Amino acid sequence: MATVTTKDTVSPGHQEILELERVTIRFAGDSGDGMQLAGTQFTKTSAVIGNDISTFPDIPAEIRAPQGSLPGVSGFQVSFSSQDIFTPGDQPDVLVAMNPAALKTNLGDLPRGGLLIVNEDEFNETNLKKAAYASNPLEDGSLQAYRVYRVPISVLNSGALKDSGLTPVQVDRCKNMFALGLMFWMYSRPLETTLHWIDEKFGKNPAVCEANKAALKSGYHFGETTEMFATHYHVPKAKLKPGLYRNITGNEATALGFITASKLAGRQLFYGSYPITPASDVLHELSRFKRFGVKTFQAEDEIAAIGAAIGASFGGSLGLTGTSGPGLALKSEAIGLAVMVELPLVIMDVQRAGPSTGMPTKTEQADLLQAMFGRNGESPVAIVAPATASDCFSMAVEAWRIAIKYRTPVIFLSDAYLGMGSEPWLVPDISSLPKIEPNFASDPATFKPYARDPKTLARPWAIPGTPDLEHRIGGLEKSDITGNVSYDPANHDKMVHLRAEKIERITQDIPDVVVDGDQSGGLLVLGWGSTYGVITTAVQRARAQGKKVSAAHFRHLNPLPPNLGELMRRYDRVLMPEINLGQMRMLLRAKFLVDIEGLNKVSGRPFTIAEVERKIAEMIG
Amino acid sequence: MVTAERGSGQIQVLTRKDFVTDQEVRWCPGCGDYAILAQTQKMMPELGIPRENIVFISGIGCSSRLPYYMNTYGFHSIHGRAPTIASGLKASRPELSVWVVTGDGDALSIGGNHILHVLRRNVDLQIILHNNEIYGLTKGQYSPTSELGKRTKSSPYGTIDAPLHPLSVAIGAEATFVARAIDADAQLMQHCLQRAYEHRGAAFVEVYQNCNIFNDGAFRDFTAKEVRADRTITLEHGKPMIFGKEKDKGLRFSGMHIEVVEIGKDGITEGDLLVHDEARPDPAIAFLLSRMEWPEYPVPMGVFRAVQRPTYDALMTKQIEDVIKAEGEGELREIFLEGDTWTVE
Repeated sequence: MATVTTKDTVSPGHQEILELERVTIRFAGDSGDGMQLAGTQFTKTSAVIGNDISTFPDIPAEIRAPQGSLPGVSGFQVSFSSQDIFTPGDQPDVLVAMNPAALKTNLGDLPRGGLLIVNEDEFNETNLKKAAYASNPLEDGSLQAYRVYRVPISVLNSGALKDSGLTPVQVDRCKNMFALGLMFWMYSRPLETTLHWIDEKFGKNPAVCEANKAALKSGYHFGETTEMFATHYHVPKAKLKPGLYRNITGNEATALGFITASKLAGRQLFYGSYPITPASDVLHELSRFKRFGVKTFQAEDEIAAIGAAIGASFGGSLGLTGTSGPGLALKSEAIGLAVMVELPLVIMDVQRAGPSTGMPTKTEQADLLQAMFGRNGESPVAIVAPATASDCFSMAVEAWRIAIKYRTPVIFLSDAYLGMGSEPWLVPDISSLPKIEPNFASDPATFKPYARDPKTLARPWAIPGTPDLEHRIGGLEKSDITGNVSYDPANHDKMVHLRAEKIERITQDIPDVVVDGDQSGGLLVLGWGSTYGVITTAVQRARAQGKKVSAAHFRHLNPLPPNLGELMRRYDRVLMPEINLGQMRMLLRAKFLVDIEGLNKVSGRPFTIAEVERKIAEMIG
Repeated sequence: MVTAERGSGQIQVLTRKDFVTDQEVRWCPGCGDYAILAQTQKMMPELGIPRENIVFISGIGCSSRLPYYMNTYGFHSIHGRAPTIASGLKASRPELSVWVVTGDGDALSIGGNHILHVLRRNVDLQIILHNNEIYGLTKGQYSPTSELGKRTKSSPYGTIDAPLHPLSVAIGAEATFVARAIDADAQLMQHCLQRAYEHRGAAFVEVYQNCNIFNDGAFRDFTAKEVRADRTITLEHGKPMIFGKEKDKGLRFSGMHIEVVEIGKDGITEGDLLVHDEARPDPAIAFLLSRMEWPEYPVPMGVFRAVQRPTYDALMTKQIEDVIKAEGEGELREIFLEGDTWTVE
């Protein structure tokens, strides 16, 4: 929400500057219009000048849908604020629509009175037809509820670049920079960060480099000189925790977390993966980091990807595989093998909307039960879920800590919203992170392949190349202690219990859930994974209105934090918002016999703060 | 027998016995797998590498039990996936000697995809395919190498799917080493296993293995001792392709085909015969040889193809070394701070 707090100075031009607490802008255009780029640049600059930020890209599943068509619309939403923010905003305050299709697909999200900036040059007959508009919305009065600014972006941009020496197509590609420049002016942002980026990106092609800079500057100057805009705005710096920050997406943070774990353990990271949206970014990131000794294996399929990771773990590396829901399904049998052979392994699932191929670029939390139970036999694994984009870093390290200490597969359950969204990340001090000890077996006198650590129940990790520890492992049931193949009924019963007990014992390393709000009574809004931002914000707002409501969030899904059952019983009612039909709620009700109520949404989009607020109001008035 | 440096520094002489485990071998009496196991155990000391650096990885099926009987590191994994686990292990630990033990169903049916890719990548592994042309462990269904029309438990009226030729598949998948042996021919098997070990890259060895319970005598027509010389041909690099008890038959090119000729008949001499060139870059002749079946042709044995190509594991290691040489070793701090950063006071 664009909350106006003060009216202060007058700009060097003739327009007034309004100070705002928070603004949310959505850039929308054809997927070839460079909207992701404009959005990313706006984000970088906002972060660098000290706003808290949160972003969410909305990318079409089709790589190049027909130009100007409705399925080809690509959007990028950025929210920036002088306060701590936890979400990329429910609704944009400003919509930048580069063509009729972008207007049509995004206008529904713009609240009445919202600022609408359209590239009027694209509202021609052909484009209106492609967007299925019967009449031109700029002229038929249908946009009366909004503050509409018709800017001839294409014409102004090509005018500014007429001496650039570029072809008309190349010139047209710069219009995203024009739009970005205008937004920079409107929200009082400096151009330096983006100018610098253009130099780096296009430095080898001086004509393109200069044209992009010229387009950016003309957009900015257009805002300054035209009399079209009466006001521009200022969002002061946020009061974030002191330290060094960078903007990071969840997938980037995840990749960095995995590399960090490998450094902390002093073991090579081996990533086996098959490209799949929205997890491929992690493969791209990790394959850049060869200088860390990271080995990436683009496998022939999802099964080969996890097989190779298991092979690497058998050899003493950090065997990692990553995928999204359909790929997790394919990996099931191999995860079961890792459960049986009790080797450290991390499986990353960046969840997307399912079932089947579903909606590859849209978010969902509906793989939880698959992660929990999607294997044959009693096949328990540990599961962790990051709460925010930057939390992906911490939980990626945590996943490895558990996998290595307990010699178990761990599923890292992220989602498209976290993976593709971004926020500022307080860069950690590496020396403060505790080491991870692989503790390989080495003593032939005491070595038994399936002997167990009395505290963790972990079995020894004896890697090939260690003299006199030669042994055989496999998917057949193991005899306790010796690890020989066994079909003995009592042994199987014992081993099934041991494997379950080992996962339960991870609880001893999991911190209690912390409540934000009252320690008991009233409503508890409980969440896991990427709902953290909306739940926190909605509960803070409800509390500000004097409502007796508290929030709690957990990131260890299996096993659960030790105090969770007791915690839920301290409240009159418990609400669990989930982007699925109530999967975690079902697990918690079964385990704790607590009557948890659900707020469930499966539209491929995250909750809005308003949706959670509405539910809270409905429950407690 | 050979001496090998042990981790403890002392020199120890390894024998076949050192590679035998305390596990009871559970194949059916008379199974061809016994012979393959015996030859494998016998050959291991010849390699001159410490036992702890050898790993046997298998999938599922009768043949895939073999790792339990090898006193090395071993991994009996899941159906068809041994090449994937072996690829991950070898790529992450190139210094290990990694062997894959598989069968016709494991390698060519459920694991068909992985065989193609492990071969094209040329991961430095030895892949030993026990081909008995039947599913033994599940008690007698047809396999992807069973002959067309074969009557089995799952095809009482005969199969209607055409079989694969494993070596043709391997050659088509860009394999750099392709060989064939017979369970009952110890010397030939030793030779093929040894050559597979010496080859740098994915070495694919098909072993005709008799399943005396569900497919007894599948290869008897040409592998029985009394007919073997006349019905098989052992390929030898650089030598003309001659076979027969009397060494009186040979293979020569006729148009696009290979034909069987009698030496001395119609003026044919040794000079007219094909000379085996296992290192020939073009795989066409190796492919033709892989299609030859009894009774139209003698069945070729030995090394069909052995060409050099960089291995996947070596390339992976080298790429990392090159990047580190060019860019220096990675510092976490530096990638933490990629892109634009800012300080909050």
